[in-house]
Amino acid sequence: MAVKTTFDFDQMLSNAREAYGEELKRMADDGLDFVFTYTDNVAPSSSAGKLVKAYPERCFNFGIAEPGQVGASCGMALAGEVVYAQVMGPFLSLRSADQIHTDIAYNDVNVRLIGTHAGVTAGGGPTHNCIADLALYRAIPNLTVVVPADAAQCCKAVRQSLTFQGPMVIRIDRAGSPAVYADNDYEFEFGKAIETLPGTDVTIVSAGSPVYWSMMGAKKLKEEYGISARVIDMHTIKPMDTDMLLKCARETGNIVTVEEHSINGGLGGAVAEFLLEAGFHGKFKRIGLPDEFAVLGETDAIYAYYGMDPDSIAKTVANLLK
Amino acid sequence: MNVKPIDIATVHELEERCYKVRHDLLTLVYNIGMGHLGGELSMVEAAVAMYYRYMNYNVLDPHNPERDRFILSKGHCSETLYCIFSNLGAYSLQYMIDNFECLDKSKFGMHTNRKYCPQIEVSAGSLGHGLPISVGMALAGRKQKAKWRVTVMTGDGELDEGSNWEAIMAAGHYQLGNLVLIVDKNGLQMTGPTSEIMNHEPLDKRLEAFGWDVRVIEDGNDMLQVCQVLDTLPEADPVTRRKPIAILAKTEKGHDVDFMAGQVKWHGGGINEEDYNRAIESLEKNWKERKSKWQ
Repeated sequence: MAVKTTFDFDQMLSNAREAYGEELKRMADDGLDFVFTYTDNVAPSSSAGKLVKAYPERCFNFGIAEPGQVGASCGMALAGEVVYAQVMGPFLSLRSADQIHTDIAYNDVNVRLIGTHAGVTAGGGPTHNCIADLALYRAIPNLTVVVPADAAQCCKAVRQSLTFQGPMVIRIDRAGSPAVYADNDYEFEFGKAIETLPGTDVTIVSAGSPVYWSMMGAKKLKEEYGISARVIDMHTIKPMDTDMLLKCARETGNIVTVEEHSINGGLGGAVAEFLLEAGFHGKFKRIGLPDEFAVLGETDAIYAYYGMDPDSIAKTVANLLK
Repeated sequence: MNVKPIDIATVHELEERCYKVRHDLLTLVYNIGMGHLGGELSMVEAAVAMYYRYMNYNVLDPHNPERDRFILSKGHCSETLYCIFSNLGAYSLQYMIDNFECLDKSKFGMHTNRKYCPQIEVSAGSLGHGLPISVGMALAGRKQKAKWRVTVMTGDGELDEGSNWEAIMAAGHYQLGNLVLIVDKNGLQMTGPTSEIMNHEPLDKRLEAFGWDVRVIEDGNDMLQVCQVLDTLPEADPVTRRKPIAILAKTEKGHDVDFMAGQVKWHGGGINEEDYNRAIESLEKNWKERKSKWQ
């Protein structure tokens, strides 16, 4: 196994939203130059809030006005800055879709859009759910789309993105998903997926917090069903690591995807499109939010309700392979 | 940018540039079969004045980091800019005709693209984008303590878009002393008068209420008046907080081509041979009359 994961260790909590802010602050402390823009969702007590306090001359608040923020971020990048723009995911993708498409992607500028509150992690119902963003981002040229599996990987992505050429979205949860990787000592490269668990009967392809759920599901598959499931961290949704997909399809024969997004147009859709055109004939299943506005409740309860928790993932995969 | 007060000889020079830009614009649109002549003809004086007199800008060194920036938010009026670049020595008219929207060899498009044409600062076309982008540029200029100025030109119809008002609010909030907005206020949008479709008046009071310093050019197609107002621009100041400046240039859609002037139907499209010949005739007649009054 190439990487050490927390799979065999006690669960470690990981908060990508806090961690990335701390990483940006460390980058600034290290003397690296960039600009930070945000809307009225960065609390002074948060790590991003501390960045704002320490470096006011490079941090700009745009109030509750996402299109204005994203448009201005483009202007800053056109003037030579690398821009990190934190926006709440549902409003980034829906309200600023026009600016992402035309200002950021068409102008091909070095803006890193940090979309927070992926999936249903914001709580509060469908107005605050972020379920359609990947479908939008996947269809926009020039845009690289990164969904880190945990906080430490998010920090790696944020730091590496400083010298990346072109626009990028980094999609993170609200908070508090378990760490996938046991340490930072592994190679992270945009567009190169990571095998987090070996297996031979089926591959579960995932990104973001669902990578950990998939690993837990794989553990149950082995213990309760005698099925050997491989887990892939497809942290870059676009461009996707199709070599890894081909390898897994060839070696395990069956593919399942798990994502914190509508099953329409996201990771599962991207994998399905590629595999069908590549002549894949194995069994295939997408796990994610169904085509409905989600029920109300606690985040974990909603995911369990829609069969995205580890137990349900194991059952779904076992049924598929019958 | 320290400029001497405008003198009449300079005004005449700039007027002649406007005549040539309009002449080339009509020929370009006739040859390529597409354009937005109404708004392209209304904006000529302000755009020519900026490029020829009020900006630190070399058309042959378009990515110089010290340059003043001109952002055309009404990106559908790109051809006026192309003709200015041409008159400044960047391209021949024939080169623009030959390289206009020709698939993967395109250098020029109906809407601006900064990658095809390096003199274009922002790829635009969808309305309501240039002003928020310009606010970001001005903020970056503040961080960099840069001496350059950002001048953004919008249409008036375009101000219907809410994103402009987010940017107008932000520019007022940050008190950007290195940002100038020019509204090409020709009073007509695609299907009718701006006042009837979505009234913005009193635009001066509205901008003032958002924290802007508003200056009005009563006739934005009169070069002397354009220069008299642009002469009042203070040095761009990235750091000192002061009101951002808005210039409302009251212009005429289709200006200087008599049968297009003030006509909604000349908002967009191409121009046939008969109309092209009539347009050139009208433009040349108006130019001769204007010149005859110089002395």
